[in-house]
Amino acid sequence: MKIAIASGKGGTGKTTLSTNLAAYLAEHEEVVLVDLDVEEPNSGLFIKGDLVHTEEKFKMTPEWIEDKCSLCGICQEVCNFHALIQLGTQIMVFPELCHGCYACSELCPTNALPMTPKKMGNLKHFQIGNLSFVESRLDIGEEQAVPLISQTQKYIEKHFQKNTIKLFDSPPGTSCPVIEATKDANFVILVTEPTPFGLHDLSLAVDTIRELKKNFGVVINRFGIGNNDVIDYCKKEKIPILAKIPNSRKAAELYSHGALIYNEIPEIKQQLENIKNYILKLGERGRR
Amino acid sequence: MKIAFTAKGTKWDSMMDPRFGRTKFILIYDEEKDELTTFDNRSIEGEAHGAGPKTAQKLFELNPDILITGNGPGGNAATVLEKTGMEIYIGAGETTIKEAFQAYKKDGLKKF
Repeated sequence: MKIAIASGKGGTGKTTLSTNLAAYLAEHEEVVLVDLDVEEPNSGLFIKGDLVHTEEKFKMTPEWIEDKCSLCGICQEVCNFHALIQLGTQIMVFPELCHGCYACSELCPTNALPMTPKKMGNLKHFQIGNLSFVESRLDIGEEQAVPLISQTQKYIEKHFQKNTIKLFDSPPGTSCPVIEATKDANFVILVTEPTPFGLHDLSLAVDTIRELKKNFGVVINRFGIGNNDVIDYCKKEKIPILAKIPNSRKAAELYSHGALIYNEIPEIKQQLENIKNYILKLGERGRR
Repeated sequence: MKIAFTAKGTKWDSMMDPRFGRTKFILIYDEEKDELTTFDNRSIEGEAHGAGPKTAQKLFELNPDILITGNGPGGNAATVLEKTGMEIYIGAGETTIKEAFQAYKKDGLKKF
């Protein structure tokens, strides 16, 4: 069971929901929480466990071997990202622009562009009771989140059982990193806030997730502020609202101390219970 | 001397394009021949990535002595332009081509 928690708008509460839901589910289930917001992972501020494994992550980029190159120019023609260009008798490679597709390397007739590993970040795996927590962090200066997100998902695939509940805390927005983080999910939870800005970005996220043909539902965070437009929108679009997490000063205070909130605020625990029931029902349906 | 401008149009009184990689046109003024030629760069609009190096590569082919632009090239484009040895002047993003040229002649632009 793979559940991606995404949002469109940043700061709506993806991490708050991910960490609290993960800890709550882990009271009775095997759960792994995966922080795929690799540009700025922050689930680790709320989930403290024992570090059980860490590894460096590499992406493959081409390296130009001048002596072998016939300057045919095929490499720069096939690169969609202009990660390599020919300047006179020289090929310049821009590893930051490279998406690691191997096209230049494979199509080079003289093997002058072997793919070589370049470090892009680190993966850390923590354990606390039933809850595993995996976070990947992109190195400073690295521009591309997608290769690291993809490799992190491969790690999860390899190290966790099929029946473990997998929660993917996704990056904000609607661009490539979000798509990479949600494309393998069985279900996507879109977290929003009941404001015009929240609704605007929610509708973008809905368009994206529909394009991916994913089953999804909405969680309204900070319920009580703003207006009813998000609810009206979900009704009109026939999108299930899984939970309404009440706006609460106490929640904000706990959050600011890096604490989980659900055990302190019963109303919030009740909302997590609603989400849990929804997810477990989905899981049963999936098994049938 | 051949002088290149990043431009939104193709005339002396066209506005400069402050962007380097995504400039709409590149204009080349050949001082000896007193001739202004244009290079259409608008196909770059369809490119999601790598506009800087791509435009820099075109400039390498056009081979001017001087480049006059607005905001200045980003890191990747600058790496390419460095190889060409051309002098780059920036800060002429909000004027016409003519005004940018005059400012350059009066040493009114910042060297990149």
